Amino acid sequence: MTEITWIKAALTAARPRAIGALLRYFRDLDTAEEAFQDACLRALKSWPQNGPPRDATAWLILVGRNAALDGLRRRGKQDALPPDEAISDLDDAEAPLAERLDGSHYRDDVLRLLFICCHPELPNTQQIALALRIVSGLSVRQIARAFLVSEAAMEQRITRAKARIAQADVPFETPGAVERAERFAAVAAMTYLVFNEGYSAGDGSARAHLCEEAIRLARLLLRLFQTEPEIMGLAALMVLQHARAPARLDAAGEIVLLEDQDRRLWDGKLIAEGLALIDKAMRHRRPGPYQIQAAIAALHARAARPEETDWAQIDALYAALERLQPSPVVTLNRAVAVGKLRGPAAALEMIEPLAPRLSGYFHFLGAKGAFLAQLGRKREARAAFDQAIALANTPAEAAHIRRHLDRLIRESARTAG
Amino acid sequence: MARLGVVQDRLTKSGKLGPSLRLLPTTSATTLRKTQDPPLVIDGPFAETKEQLLGFYVVDVAGLDEALDIARELAAANPGGAYEVRPVALYNPDRRASAGP
Repeated sequence: MTEITWIKAALTAARPRAIGALLRYFRDLDTAEEAFQDACLRALKSWPQNGPPRDATAWLILVGRNAALDGLRRRGKQDALPPDEAISDLDDAEAPLAERLDGSHYRDDVLRLLFICCHPELPNTQQIALALRIVSGLSVRQIARAFLVSEAAMEQRITRAKARIAQADVPFETPGAVERAERFAAVAAMTYLVFNEGYSAGDGSARAHLCEEAIRLARLLLRLFQTEPEIMGLAALMVLQHARAPARLDAAGEIVLLEDQDRRLWDGKLIAEGLALIDKAMRHRRPGPYQIQAAIAALHARAARPEETDWAQIDALYAALERLQPSPVVTLNRAVAVGKLRGPAAALEMIEPLAPRLSGYFHFLGAKGAFLAQLGRKREARAAFDQAIALANTPAEAAHIRRHLDRLIRESARTAG
Repeated sequence: MARLGVVQDRLTKSGKLGPSLRLLPTTSATTLRKTQDPPLVIDGPFAETKEQLLGFYVVDVAGLDEALDIARELAAANPGGAYEVRPVALYNPDRRASAGP
């Protein structure tokens, strides 16, 4: 690793805790952000010369705080900036500060930061944008590209979110036990939304690294909520799904279905982590939607070959998920397992009642087409695939359906000829 | 990783490399505390520290100097962090193979 990548990694890792601490100090998101930026610039200058500090986060907080105080003072009285040496000599201050910031203090700061980004008054889109900007430190341009909007529009979205928070009278004291319990679900949901934004993009585009960002957030949440099985489940779910990323697209960028994937391409280390996390979570015997979805992902991960997949168990898990979180999309997923277990007719019967609610949903029409094709009902299958193509969200999705259609047409030609 | 493999191969060829392992991150850790009866199982690592144990190597060497030489080679191949060198007090080899009937 070169020096600059090491420093960049250290700055990224320190970011949530440092911004959280600076926010506690200045009680203003913009000031905290600017202070952190200042500290990072100084780190890039100072660390290559003097070596990394013992505690990078404490260093960044102290330097950022001093820099911001200078800025405030300068704006106030037009005072001269003190020499760099005066604030970069942190030998005395660093150790006690590091002691003080260790453990629970950091934890509360990061929690507060996450809670602020997931403020209930903000719509989901603003929560995600704000968290990616403030907690993950992505640039406005990166976030704008990820969400396929212009930089100006994203800038405006983030500014609006900040303004709302400023008006909303956000409490800056340490979040209490009740608040933690109530709001960790919102933070978890935001994290999973970030992951799904990246997952649905699927390719090497600007959105794909959102998955890694979400996993980083989940690991952070795990440290904050060490005994919360749903957070373990969330982290497990995301690492298990992300483990399959290298096999999800072929060389031409087209979607490879789970059963056709080269399982040797799956990331064994991420799978091991996911399995360990879901094991930990299940021990608590407090099931929740993330744990169930992670358990399903774990069953796929445990099958060395598609034929070894425990579809009966997956069906049972989806049934449990349906009870916990009834949704036509869950039923649709369950139907895939049912199709494997009891054939396409049973699966089709299961999804038919969903049509009124899912008739505009790409995956519904894709699955319906596939079940119909398996049953030899070709004309109906084609109609479903045609509708699906019109609803595809990405070129890869459209190409996948096109292959289904081509196969149907080939088979029809063969039977006719 | 490739550079680390070179060092490990060299150690293997010289017959000095014993078992070595890499641990998953501490977010996967569960801790059993035996300070009470029955012991308490808690989520998370034994101690929350900035430095974490990532894994270990067992090497068969004549003394500290040689162990440090190996640690230097490993460190050069995989910068960052630290290698703590400690003598093994008791060494039980893997007994699974001989556990059969």
